[in-house]
Amino acid sequence: MSQSSPFWTNFDQVFVLLRHWIESFFPLWLQPAVGTVLGVVAIVAAFPGIFALTTVLERKGLGRMQNRLGPNRVGPLGILQPVADGIKSLTKEDIVPLTADAAVHFLAPVVLVIAVFLGFAVLPIGRNMVLANLDAGLLFFFAIGASTELSVFMAGWSSRNKYSLLGAMRAVAQMISYEVPLLLSSVVAVMIAGSLSTVKIVEAQSGFTGIFPHWYVFTPWGFAGFALFVVAALAETNRSPFDLPEGESELVAGYFTEYSGFKFALFFLGEYLGMFSIAGFAITLFLGGWGAPLSILGFVPSWAWFFAKLFCAIAFFIWLRGTLPRLRQDQLMNFAWKFMLPMSLLNLLVAGAWRFLGEGWSRWVFGSAVLLLAYGLLGRVLMRHQHLGARSYRYAD
Amino acid sequence: MIFGLSVVFVLTSILTVAGALAAALLKNLVHCALSLTVTFAGLALLYLQLDAQFAGFSQILVYIGAVAILVVFAILLTRGSGIPEYRSYSSSWLAGVAIAAGVFALLAWAVVTSLPASPASAAPQVSVQQIGQALMSGYVLPLEIVAVLLTVALIGAVIVAMPEASKGDAK
Amino acid sequence: MTPLAAFLIVAALVFAIGLAISLTRRNAILVLIGIELMLNAANLNLIAFWRFGPHPEALTGMMFAIFSIAVAAAEAAVGLGLAIAYHRSKKTTDLDAMTRMKG
Repeated sequence: MSQSSPFWTNFDQVFVLLRHWIESFFPLWLQPAVGTVLGVVAIVAAFPGIFALTTVLERKGLGRMQNRLGPNRVGPLGILQPVADGIKSLTKEDIVPLTADAAVHFLAPVVLVIAVFLGFAVLPIGRNMVLANLDAGLLFFFAIGASTELSVFMAGWSSRNKYSLLGAMRAVAQMISYEVPLLLSSVVAVMIAGSLSTVKIVEAQSGFTGIFPHWYVFTPWGFAGFALFVVAALAETNRSPFDLPEGESELVAGYFTEYSGFKFALFFLGEYLGMFSIAGFAITLFLGGWGAPLSILGFVPSWAWFFAKLFCAIAFFIWLRGTLPRLRQDQLMNFAWKFMLPMSLLNLLVAGAWRFLGEGWSRWVFGSAVLLLAYGLLGRVLMRHQHLGARSYRYAD
Repeated sequence: MIFGLSVVFVLTSILTVAGALAAALLKNLVHCALSLTVTFAGLALLYLQLDAQFAGFSQILVYIGAVAILVVFAILLTRGSGIPEYRSYSSSWLAGVAIAAGVFALLAWAVVTSLPASPASAAPQVSVQQIGQALMSGYVLPLEIVAVLLTVALIGAVIVAMPEASKGDAK
Repeated sequence: MTPLAAFLIVAALVFAIGLAISLTRRNAILVLIGIELMLNAANLNLIAFWRFGPHPEALTGMMFAIFSIAVAAAEAAVGLGLAIAYHRSKKTTDLDAMTRMKG
């Protein structure tokens, strides 16, 4: 069947049609509320399901990268491991230290999970499939992301434990430092798309020249913005190589040392969901959201492309975790303030010049030249005191 | 509708005022800072009810994401993470409360006895693009001045809070 | 009670509570918290008057509130820096003990 046949259009919009069908059973004044509830239920069901899948994929992926098998006992190839983990975390004893601040200790994971779920509301998962089409959607997402820092601090302080407090201070300092490059590197997409609404940003990238898409990552400023955004996103979600606040060999477990049982599972869930939502935003801003990579593949449903890209992003994060060593705190902070902030400011300049120079090859040359020059010069200047020896490899036999 | 006000508004204002009261009455400083955060969130919800989306989200981003964390860090750096060893309320607290009550009574009297406002206009459709245009056309001077102010405040705060360099080895 | 009056009363209440915090508590950082509450109450007034005023499309109230948020954040940073600096030399944040200019 041809690409734009009604079958493929309906398949693309199958969830929207399903929602309309369920809404039709309710009176007219109740329908918007029912639609919203259905959207919320879908998000709460889908993303923790992806979380469960990611935990087992990560453990097996890391295991393979470290030359060992991952979990392989529960279910075929260990696929049912998240079920076992869930049962374990629900039935473990919930220990709260005697001197801990009980109210704040209880509220910290709750605040984290609420803030992280709120962030999914402005993510466009497919064509016409966004829970809240806010005019200032991107600002909403970053505002909610900033609230997660407070829950990290609450967890660390309420435990009355030196390791927790130290981990929390380090985590908050890291998250605040990397928030500035995160916001600045996303502003370039906003500048060129002309709107803060995530739906409009994805629609601005949905054109094709020939068969190649108009994704922002294929432009000089978009590529630099994407790279900066991904690095800052790794640091925001405390993901390796920026996981000093929670590295097991560093601080026991950092700010959630004193959490056990279900609250620990909530923190784990909140962290991974944060990773998904910020990966979803990187996809929305730079990788074309739900758009197809080649125009001939446009018949595949939009939500399938979004989840495929999300899966690739998750695989990339797992790969990074298994490969790169952890950064030290001062290396982290130097990197944020001395490298990423100037690069994201220069990126703003390049994106402005992109708009200003108009169509043609000159803006490509100018953009690429400025960014490559800045990258080379900044790198050289900042690394002038590091004397690295020749690289040596050691393989396990 | 209670007294002609929507239920959402009543609940949000109760949350806001309760947070502010908790910040006033609690002894533990970090609890005061966290209830201040609840007040900020309630105020952001009130802005959203007034169709000021951009102001509401900026309130969350700036106040909860930055100012609240700043306050909490300052409390920890001044070792106030428990109940302070001096009394929480100063000896002239009654005068302070009386002045605050007087200010509230005056403001409430002014609001209640003023002329009724013109009927509420339809919700203004403010897009972020309009705010951007306004910032770059009519409000560009305040924007630049605020930029300079923020830079000065940044440098000033760092210099004020920086530990003094030891002068021992500069002889 | 018109919605505008209700918002103004809530703002007046938050302002009065912020004023009470600044006047009655002894810790320097709590005074700054009170000042932040007063600024927030003024912002709520601005937005309420913008919404129910005659010309909301002129965006004056919203702009004023946004600049006020920025300035209040800057002021909080400097004020807290001062409190930290004072604590570093005198090891206290008790306002009743900050009676001398020397130091």
